[in-house]
Amino acid sequence: MHEWALAEAILTTAAQIAEVEQLREVTCVTVRLGELQDAELGILKFALNEMKSDLFKNAKFRFLRAKTELSCRACGNHWRFKKEKLDPVTVEAIHFVPEAAHTFIKCPKCGSPDFEISSGRGIWFDSIQGVK
Amino acid sequence: MMIDPRVNVIAKRLVNVKRVIAVSSGKGGVGKSLVASTLALVLKNEGYRVGLFDLDFTSPSTHIILNVPLVAPKEDKGLVPSLACGISYMSLVYFIGENPAPLRGIDVSNVLIELLAITQWGNLDFLIIDMPPGIGDILLDLLRFINRAEFLIVTTGSLLAFETVKKQVVMLCELKTPIIGIMENMQQTPNICCSIEDKTKKLGLPFLGKIVFDPNVESAIGDENKLLNTSIGQTLKHVVKNF
Ligand SMILES: Nc1ncnc2c1ncn2[C@@H]1O[C@H](COP(=O)(O)OP(=O)(O)OP(=O)(O)O)[C@@H](O)[C@H]1O
Ligand SMILES: [Mg+2]
Ligand SMILES: [Zn+2]
Repeated sequence: MHEWALAEAILTTAAQIAEVEQLREVTCVTVRLGELQDAELGILKFALNEMKSDLFKNAKFRFLRAKTELSCRACGNHWRFKKEKLDPVTVEAIHFVPEAAHTFIKCPKCGSPDFEISSGRGIWFDSIQGVK
Repeated sequence: MMIDPRVNVIAKRLVNVKRVIAVSSGKGGVGKSLVASTLALVLKNEGYRVGLFDLDFTSPSTHIILNVPLVAPKEDKGLVPSLACGISYMSLVYFIGENPAPLRGIDVSNVLIELLAITQWGNLDFLIIDMPPGIGDILLDLLRFINRAEFLIVTTGSLLAFETVKKQVVMLCELKTPIIGIMENMQQTPNICCSIEDKTKKLGLPFLGKIVFDPNVESAIGDENKLLNTSIGQTLKHVVKNF
């Protein structure tokens, strides 16, 4: 499951920030998940709990879902990404590499593949809380 | 705060990769992809564990050169590159097939970071990278994320190629990036004024060798044994002795 690789990235980042902020213990880590990549929450949570070090033993992992907004550079159209309209192979490609969207999705108004993923792409580290 | 967590795991993914070699050129069409693919084959035949990563996302060609079956890589705590001709192989084509990839700079960077963060290369002696031409996003990102990458520069005998290649070399030298040396490809007639070998030495860099133009290259595409028998394969067999 490739969510494990992303979970490891989250833990590595959280540990680095905890060190900079001199946290003895992390109590909460908030992660933002973009709708486009559609990482599987269940696997992500499981992987985080399996891989976490002692620093995170009492930590809560919070996930915020970010909707995917696309905006066309060619005609200025903005629209919401809807995976329901795509076939499973395309959804999987975008799941691994969200930029595959530029191959498989076109602006619904003008047909251009030149759009910006303005929000809700993939995984972002939002914030961390802990005790010093 | 909003931090991209992926970049923090890139070094971990490459800890068991001994050397990273980027086959690069300021100029397009000089034979980077053929040299990178054949170099991977030659090193594998020398008994090394080799990976090949195609970073020319918008114009990939190493999967054609090595006739890589486009089956999705296995998932195991990330993506495990499939073996092609005994080489651990990774490319964006696994996900988008032969469809066009209209990507701007920010997208190119994102694809690179994503693939670096999720690919489990495992133990490798060499990770060979096929670079796109020029000094654009991928080169800058490679320097940012894999600063130990060593460059093998490809040029042709043309003044137009070498002058462009020189710009990339000057930039890499300023950044103190390791350069293995320069190779001249597709040599047809001896250079008119000053040879690439001389020009390379003037830059203070090792000249690795010249590959003559070989009409059999075209029919060797997609065939491991034929590739090894081209002038590219034959020359690289000597070049890797000094690696
Ligand atoms: N030694 C050679 N003899 C004959 N033909 C060659 C030789 N080297 C490369 N070629 C031909 O030159 C062309 C360009 O090669 P290749 O695609 O490897 O270049 P490239 O530098 O990767 O190009 P790009 O900049 O587009 O990525 C191909 O058609 C290839 O068959
Ligand atoms: Mg190429
Ligand atoms: Zn549009």
